[in-house]
Amino acid sequence: MLITSPAFKQNAHEALADAQLQKAMGHVRSGFIDKRSHAVEALPEFDALRDSARAIKDHTLANLDLYLTAYEEKVLAAGGKVHWAETAAEARGIVLDICRMHDAKTVAKGKSMITEEIELNDFLEASGIRPVETDLGEYIIQLRGEHPSHIIAPAVHLNKEQVEADFRRVHTDLPPERDLSDPASLLGEARRVLRQKYFEADIGITGANFLVAETGSSIIVTNEGNGDLSQILPRVHVVIASIEKVVPTLEDAAQILRVLARSATGQEMSVYTTVSTGPRRPNDPDGPDEYHVILLDNGRSSMLGTEFQEMLRCIRCGACMNHCPVYHAVGGHAYGWVYPGPMGAVLTPSLIGVDKAGHLPNASTFCGRCESVCPMKIPLPKMMRHWREREWERGLNPTAARTGLKFWAWFARRPALYHLATWLAFPLLAVAGGRKRRFGFLPLAGGWVRHRDMPAPQGRTFMQQWRDRDALKQGSPL
Amino acid sequence: MSAREAILGKVRKALDASGNAGRLDNVWDRLMEAPAGIIPTRAQLDPEARVELFCRMATQAAATVARVAGEEVVPAAVTAYLRARNLPAKVRMGGDRRLKAMPWVNERTLQVRHGPSDGDDEASVSHAAAAIAETGTLALFSGKDNPTTLNFLPDHHIVVVDAADIGGDLESVMRLARARYGKGEMPRTLNFITGPSRSGDIEQKLLLGAHGPRALHIIVVDG
Repeated sequence: MLITSPAFKQNAHEALADAQLQKAMGHVRSGFIDKRSHAVEALPEFDALRDSARAIKDHTLANLDLYLTAYEEKVLAAGGKVHWAETAAEARGIVLDICRMHDAKTVAKGKSMITEEIELNDFLEASGIRPVETDLGEYIIQLRGEHPSHIIAPAVHLNKEQVEADFRRVHTDLPPERDLSDPASLLGEARRVLRQKYFEADIGITGANFLVAETGSSIIVTNEGNGDLSQILPRVHVVIASIEKVVPTLEDAAQILRVLARSATGQEMSVYTTVSTGPRRPNDPDGPDEYHVILLDNGRSSMLGTEFQEMLRCIRCGACMNHCPVYHAVGGHAYGWVYPGPMGAVLTPSLIGVDKAGHLPNASTFCGRCESVCPMKIPLPKMMRHWREREWERGLNPTAARTGLKFWAWFARRPALYHLATWLAFPLLAVAGGRKRRFGFLPLAGGWVRHRDMPAPQGRTFMQQWRDRDALKQGSPL
Repeated sequence: MSAREAILGKVRKALDASGNAGRLDNVWDRLMEAPAGIIPTRAQLDPEARVELFCRMATQAAATVARVAGEEVVPAAVTAYLRARNLPAKVRMGGDRRLKAMPWVNERTLQVRHGPSDGDDEASVSHAAAAIAETGTLALFSGKDNPTTLNFLPDHHIVVVDAADIGGDLESVMRLARARYGKGEMPRTLNFITGPSRSGDIEQKLLLGAHGPRALHIIVVDG
């Protein structure tokens, strides 16, 4: 996948001018936010559960080595296999080895952001193996050769007319005069086409929402049922999960499940929560003969013990992007890599480097909505600020920004001079603002005034007003 | 060095984990005791109120629910469901002993086939191990007599559950799994099912019947 995060500014410009995208993003604004808030209102313990969920992940991360080895032991005892991968390339190699061992031609895939991160589909295709995405949204974007624009609603950037055009282009064996104007008919067609693929697939690949150390189980949370069909019909089930997905016990998973669905889609519980442990048992009438887990690091261990450790609590619910004004405006593709929105603005620099992804933590107004809705209480704005500091320390900001900031810093550290200058400049600027009392042109701030006017200062400066307020307080009889 | 050793080594170094012997005890205790966290009060009810809450929450999740007086009338309730929806009088089911004990022979027109689904069944019947009132969720364990394919391939999934097996919360199912399979042991698959399959992937419009069943019908058996 071509990383376009360095071109975020250009991407955002194009996204704002894309009428189809802007129409589709309206569904995010209207859909997700109300559903979440209704679900949260219906559960008085929601906030206490957030604290509980946070404490579970913090405890697990502080003992991650021990929980990973405990988990591994239980998977092996249940008859499964565990593979460890330090990098994306190692994980891809392990998948290919499993495919080759079974002479696999087709792989059915449940929805998995980790397989997006390791670019598994392109790799399998180049190796002569056909990956079939079975989640409706993932299937649509696979047909289009795109990547997800949202971590739980991968095709949220599209309108139904675009999906209809893609189905007509690809499903050429179906009658061209069929009616696909209704989303239900699109869903029905995808269901029929994909049914056959599950039976054809030699191997099923899913991600995991949780790995349970107590039992060696992997858990997936879905609504469509495709992740289940992908793992029970093929002979081999491969789970790919990053190392921070482990939780200690089934009870711990239950705590986090209560905040996951409500934060993601506003459901009390997703339709299918599936706990899978090892391969089918000797007398089982169905299920996979083999069960493999690939544990991927790919940069996570480097976040432990740093100011970014808390990001490893993330359960990928998508609430932060659903509530983000920047994400609403530009959509997920503008972020230029796998993870968009506020969680992407923190995670992407950790995984691909702040030199490439430095724009992302800067693309925030710090309005704080992401942190306020995060079920794991991850301080996303604080961590974006940490990335801005790292960017500054490494001298990655543009020269003009660095010079401007240095000048302002020099000025701000000399309060007497600063106050004198503002005291002198205020009335001058007020006059320069003219009758309209605003500026349509400002030197060095062309980008800002291109879309709006800058109001001219009125009355007294902030510092003057502050002094008056203090004086009033001290003189007051109260 | 293997990838396993490399990853664990990096984790230990980052956590500064050397020489902290108390960690192992803490982890072991947590795995053994599996402490429950916050349990919502919503479903902490007496048994009858719990069954009512379950029925209400399952209906809210777009399942249909019928309450019947005893297991001897379950086959008739299955036939009635199929007839009301104009479906062929055919079902597929596993060899679950509670289902087997029911008088299917009384339903002369109903054709019952056994074993896992091959994808051609319109309707299947399963017996849930338990259910959860808090969210209207069914819990099904896989095993010799309970094929998982029956939960996903047919268009109509009919699930029988005993009213006495409806617990308040998810944790009640975790306790049941431990009692049935042993501490730390699980069957191959535990399916928690809340309503019929759905997708909101096209324009955030919620549509039922994505890849799994288009309809979920629950028969709650009293007595």
